[in-house]
Amino acid sequence: MELLDRISAALQQGNDAAVLQYTGNAIEAGIPASDILNRGLIAGMDVIGLKFKNQEIFLPDVLLAARAMNAGMGELKPLLMKAGVKAKGKVVLGTVAGDLHDIGKNLVGIMLKGAGYEVIDLGTDVPAERFIDTAVTEDAPVIGMSALLTTTMPSMRDVTALLAGRGLNTRIKTVVGGAPLSARTAAELGADYYAGDAATAVDIVNTILS
Amino acid sequence: MQPILTFLSPELTDRIIAEGFTLLGETGVYIDSPGMQERLAGLGARVDSGSGRVRLPETLVERCLASAPSSFSLYDITGEETHRFGTGTVYYTPGSAALYITDEAGRRRPSTDDYIAYVTLTDTLENLASQSTAFVPADVPETISDSYRLFLSLLYGRKPVVTGTFSRGSLRIMKALQTAVRGSEAQLKLQPLCIFTCCPNTPLRWTEETIDTLVSCAGSLIPMEIISVPMCGLISPVTLTGTLIQHTAENISGIVMAQAVQPGTPLLYGCCAAVHDMRYSTTSMGSVESMMLSCGSAEIGRKLGLPTQAYITVSDAALPDIQAGVESGMGGMLAALTGISNISGPGMLDYLNSFSLEKLVMDNEICGMGLRARAGIQPRDDFPAAPLMAELFREKHLLLSEHTRAFLRDEHYFPGPVIDRRDTAARERDPALWSARARAEIERRRAAYAAPELPAGLRSRLYDLMSREAAANGLDALPVPLQRDWRHLPD
Ligand code: B12
Repeated sequence: MELLDRISAALQQGNDAAVLQYTGNAIEAGIPASDILNRGLIAGMDVIGLKFKNQEIFLPDVLLAARAMNAGMGELKPLLMKAGVKAKGKVVLGTVAGDLHDIGKNLVGIMLKGAGYEVIDLGTDVPAERFIDTAVTEDAPVIGMSALLTTTMPSMRDVTALLAGRGLNTRIKTVVGGAPLSARTAAELGADYYAGDAATAVDIVNTILS
Repeated sequence: MQPILTFLSPELTDRIIAEGFTLLGETGVYIDSPGMQERLAGLGARVDSGSGRVRLPETLVERCLASAPSSFSLYDITGEETHRFGTGTVYYTPGSAALYITDEAGRRRPSTDDYIAYVTLTDTLENLASQSTAFVPADVPETISDSYRLFLSLLYGRKPVVTGTFSRGSLRIMKALQTAVRGSEAQLKLQPLCIFTCCPNTPLRWTEETIDTLVSCAGSLIPMEIISVPMCGLISPVTLTGTLIQHTAENISGIVMAQAVQPGTPLLYGCCAAVHDMRYSTTSMGSVESMMLSCGSAEIGRKLGLPTQAYITVSDAALPDIQAGVESGMGGMLAALTGISNISGPGMLDYLNSFSLEKLVMDNEICGMGLRARAGIQPRDDFPAAPLMAELFREKHLLLSEHTRAFLRDEHYFPGPVIDRRDTAARERDPALWSARARAEIERRRAAYAAPELPAGLRSRLYDLMSREAAANGLDALPVPLQRDWRHLPD
């Protein structure tokens, strides 16, 4: 089997050790980093995405594949940077002030990491300023906010208003999610994007950062 | 004989409880409240104040379990006893705190009018022993959305209320409303009116906010339901036994805290189990495994000597459809046969996110069937059988028999109109679908609603308390009028 196919197959099996090994082999063999990424790792992730959609595999399989993807990326990153391929970007993530629900937010974080983004997870009960200060110091173009309570959802407005007040709203985009939200309420709260699930969250971050 | 369904063998029950004790003693539980840490340390717990990890020794756990009452009562707004938990009787209560309401027009955020419609309907539903603060009206500021629900429930409803707080500080006004009803805090202690929900933050953590509510309720002997919310396969083990061990440890840690504050605090041993559906990342509560977990947890609670609770007559369906009927029907029946003291969930759809009045009237009939099954098959005047057989041969039927008239009402439950048992001709004359029948039933019942007679001035006092709270939260006028004549209600 060709090396790149092996990377893809190992990734689909969620075998991070093998992905790490084959990625190293491919680099040694002089295969360009962008080919290893696109025809090895991402090709494998595409199959996983499709199988998940068709319910042939379940979430744990996706997460294992994502972990294997990260293992391969660790090896590739320095080469990609040298070749001028830019890092995929950072996302600041957290559950808003007063709210302690973090299961959905954590899933979003895992999926974003799986898609190659660096995620700075601020945890739960995060005050508005902290979202923004972190995005500024970390140079993160996206803030992701989660709320599960009707009582805490309005805190999202504090973040969007503060961003606008500081003139940062063109540079930093907000994406929000959680059961009490909808595309409409998200817009009312001044958020740029809304996602109803973790897979859509990844699509949206892809759009923002493409 | 009262039927009793069991999922756990006595040996497995004991092993799960013992393992829960071991978890509490060795792994411990994280308690984000320095005050509570100190209190538990004083009672012999090992506290690591840096991490908040508290290990609870078996002796302390045993002592607290022993001081939790094995039974307690609830009283309605007029002071009449409605519940005796822990005596083997089961009661149903609507699901609580939905974000949306689902009706003919689809899913939307509810208003005050929706909430009044719900309370006045629930008052007439004979198989629901209490109300709950079922959903959150969106026409008041979010900061009062928890207390405002309770206010409306007390203003219009007769039945005791299952409720909870959303944020710190709400308990103060919610306590004031209950005290106003009873006249004094001492009387409220004697005649509890509400049950407050308190959930650990799975896995094995209690937040300061929840502990505030727990301490405050325990201090006033306000009953609580301690409800661990495990999610099988996501934040609790994928095996049902593994999840029950974690659930046991989480629930017991809440019981220990409440009893540490005030021995004798009335508690329900609760469960809101979900299965994490790995295909969609949804939290299924209509799954058969969630129902088995609820029943198993109640068996454990009973073994620990406590009355029990579970979220089990709920559905994952988006609409009140066949799926909703199947899931709620299965859950409602399993819960009754397991003997869960307070069975929560009627009316609830969509993973606890949405509430439906149509489903509530359907579930009321499911609950009627559950209560009937729970009463079991009893020997009446059935021995010897020969005299009745002789009467049957003689008369060709038993319609007019003494025996029929004596036992018909107790032996047979008559559901309807959602459950349709009409004959073909009647169905052809009026082919209304179940949903239309449910809607007509809602109208009929709401028209029959009569506001409970309350002491003079009580409703005005409740109104004043809530108005002041609303004003402090930026709302000048409540979106509900203070009626003079409570026998006639708005639409
Ligand atoms: C589990 C749970 C809890 C757990 C939380 C554990 C934890 N570590 O998170 C515990 C038991 C601690 C808890 C506590 C409380 N809860 Co709660 N809880 C739930 C429950 C049942 C499930 C939430 C969940 O995890 N779902 C699974 C995940 C995978 O789904 P999700 O969160 O929706 O996330 C997905 C999407 O929304 C989206 N998404 C989520 N976040 C983000 C972020 C971004 C950036 C993006 C793009 C997308 C996105 O993608 C995710 C993955 O697909 C919900 C009901 C429900 N079905 O939502 C109630 C619910 C939210 N809770 C509720 C309540 C009332 C409470 C309490 C107030 C109860 C009490 N009285 O103690 C407390 C409040 C504590 C606090 N201050 O936050 C109510 C809310 C009512 C309201 N009107 O606001 C609900 C609706 C249940 C109910 N009907 O009573 N709860």
